[in-house]
Amino acid sequence: MSSDMITVTGLGKVFGQRHLFGGSSEFAAVSDVSLSVARGQTLGIVGESGSGKSTLLRMVLGLIRPTSGSITIDGQDIGTLPRRNEKAFRRKVQPIFQNPASSFNPRQSIGAILRAPLEVHGIGDRKSRRDRVAALLEQVGLPADYAMRHPHQLSGGQKQRVAIARAIILEPAIVLADEPTSALDVSVQAQVLELFREIRETMDLTSIFVSHNLAVIRQVSDTVAVMRLGRIVEAGLVDDIFANPQHDYTRALIDAVPDHAAIMARPARRFTS
Amino acid sequence: MMTAFSDFDWRRWRLVITGGTIIAIILICAIFAPWVAPYSPYDLDVVAMLQSPSPAHPLGTDELGRDLLSRTIHAARISMEVAFIAAGVGLVFGTLIGVAAAYFGGIVDLVLMRFMELLFSFPAILLAVVLMASLGTSILNAMIAIGIVFVPGFSRLARAATEVVLREQYVESARAIGMSHTRIVFIEILPNILAPLLVEAAVAFSYAILLESALSFLGLGAQPPEPSWGNMLNTGRGFMVQAPWLSIVPGAAIFLSVLGFNLIGDGLRDVLDPHMKE
Amino acid sequence: MTDLRAHALDNGTPTLRIRDLSIEFARRRGDDMRVVDRVSLDIWPNEIVGVIGESGSGKTLTSLATLRMLPKRARIANGTIHLDEMSLHDLSEPEMRALRGDRIALIPQDAMQSLNPTMRIGRQVGEPLELHSGYTLSRAREAARKLLESVHIREPEKRVREYPHQFSGGMQQRAMIAMGLALNPQLIIADEPTTALDVTVQAQVLKLLREIRDQKGTSILFITHDLGVVAELCDWVYVMRNGKIVENGPVRRIFTSPQADYTRMLLDATPSIHTVPQVTK
Repeated sequence: MSSDMITVTGLGKVFGQRHLFGGSSEFAAVSDVSLSVARGQTLGIVGESGSGKSTLLRMVLGLIRPTSGSITIDGQDIGTLPRRNEKAFRRKVQPIFQNPASSFNPRQSIGAILRAPLEVHGIGDRKSRRDRVAALLEQVGLPADYAMRHPHQLSGGQKQRVAIARAIILEPAIVLADEPTSALDVSVQAQVLELFREIRETMDLTSIFVSHNLAVIRQVSDTVAVMRLGRIVEAGLVDDIFANPQHDYTRALIDAVPDHAAIMARPARRFTS
Repeated sequence: MMTAFSDFDWRRWRLVITGGTIIAIILICAIFAPWVAPYSPYDLDVVAMLQSPSPAHPLGTDELGRDLLSRTIHAARISMEVAFIAAGVGLVFGTLIGVAAAYFGGIVDLVLMRFMELLFSFPAILLAVVLMASLGTSILNAMIAIGIVFVPGFSRLARAATEVVLREQYVESARAIGMSHTRIVFIEILPNILAPLLVEAAVAFSYAILLESALSFLGLGAQPPEPSWGNMLNTGRGFMVQAPWLSIVPGAAIFLSVLGFNLIGDGLRDVLDPHMKE
Repeated sequence: MTDLRAHALDNGTPTLRIRDLSIEFARRRGDDMRVVDRVSLDIWPNEIVGVIGESGSGKTLTSLATLRMLPKRARIANGTIHLDEMSLHDLSEPEMRALRGDRIALIPQDAMQSLNPTMRIGRQVGEPLELHSGYTLSRAREAARKLLESVHIREPEKRVREYPHQFSGGMQQRAMIAMGLALNPQLIIADEPTTALDVTVQAQVLKLLREIRDQKGTSILFITHDLGVVAELCDWVYVMRNGKIVENGPVRRIFTSPQADYTRMLLDATPSIHTVPQVTK
């Protein structure tokens, strides 16, 4: 347990409220979820819509308060975190979100967007920040002069590279990615995933990668947790889960994926009558 | 907002330019009144009273022999001052309240917006009159009163626009970085809600002019001998038959300024509408 | 590129024949921009043809051109579109309108956007019958119930009276398919109908489309960016890039021995749940 970077125990989140005159519109987005991620490893969380995977991620990010359970990050229980330590916590854990179109303040330049985390945490001075931004842009494969551009001038793939840059600029220990490639074209998706893997390697990041796309999860994870309706139905090493799914739902998910490699192995079909 | 075009897209901005030209002319009159106006607005010439338009007095004279053109030009000063300050007050305070309500939500939202609704439920003129009654009659108080009348409208708009922005992922990202509330409001939220607020401000300008005219018409705004389009209308009432120009001229001035601001507002709305962009 | 369909030797006519279609976009400043360039494709009866491309490839515009539903600034600059023997170009707007829904049905990408939230599902699904076949309200409702049943929506008598928001995403999409099937069209154009759906729901919708092809002999034009779906569903595939057709052929051949670099690039870039990357960890 002590080698685990992230430990989640019995986590739950109930939305909605009880009404005055009886009845309630409560619903449990996440119920009794427990998982752990070892240092330097990537946990892939896969599930369909309504599985609660995004809510779970936002609780680990500290953006949503859990209604039950606890989250421990690097030995620190973040539920009992005093307010003044919140900022330091945020440096350790950084997000990458899904939608490149709305991830950035449209009024700011890329440079300003990347400098913001440094400014908020009082790191460096004006010059060193600019240098760091330039270095980071290079690291994610973008020309340094992109710092002067605005988000709408970048393509979806380029924006996600900036999202990755923003996630690592504070040199966090943990990166939490919520469907970062789902909105991208297939060719761009491959490049962004490759970049993610590279960065993860160089910075020895611990990460959680949420996606509904099983193929992507396979490419990126060391361990996998399958979620459905707010609960984890199966979890384990990635190869085990895919080769030997134990739970019916996991099996159904894997079978449902239209996969060209497997299909081509099937016998030939007539294509017209 | 707009990427730099080397050849400016005149067609898209035509409403704004038309309205802007009208307002620019009125503003020049207002700012440079002492130099633009041929006579002083206070010079009495009882002999020349109630003269219809002539070469010496292009718009005629009023009941005290004062040149109407000069009075109208000087009155522009008051109307523009009131319009800008009142709209400014409404914009600033309304935005603060609306953003605070949307950002903090919960009880803050509840209290603020119910109070706004209370103000909103009064007819504008009635509210302005009541405020003036408590503040005292003067131009400054007129500006404050009209500004307060505008606050609920702006707050509602700012609150709605803020709610939209709050859902955007970049606000979530800002929180995840550990950004303070103040910084989020001023850097992430405000610049992105400006567009609809500016459009509303343009319309508020025109409404402010109408309200000021109404207040001075009722004797609550600018006090004689200070000329204001409103009190000029009021005096013109008594001379409708002999000297209709006493009413027509300030009325036309009000009409033109309201038209100018409305054109700017409509034009801005079209320019900023994402559907009309390429 | 010439089509190599074996049955072309039968001298039949394809359901849809597009030849040298070019679509241009009028720009406010500058010349018109060509967004679809000399595209030719055929769809035969009893066949599911996939058009695969990334964003900006022109695949959606090509399908919209067939229905003459191009956005305002776009126009067909060149080319012909034939439904059976009939040239669509020569038709008047009322004639075109008569075709839409009746002989060519469109299943758009986002079902939720296309369904009227204030109208009951039964009414909407039966609407094509009211409009084109002059059905009475009660007759249309009964037909709608049968249609919902045919797309495997359970308890259709109950569902017919419900509103769109009471349906799940997958059910909404199936309701759209039911609406498309109402007049037994010759050609169904499906524009990324499963992109927004969960993978298990997608599997059901794909199965349904295969059923429709098998049972009714309908031609289906399936537009997607997902190679896996093409492999699972389609008989023939056209690969589009930047408004041009880069390659086309039987699905099996395209996947096992792609000719064009772009096709190969797409295949390489698509992650599979079976293969793992070479990066050492």
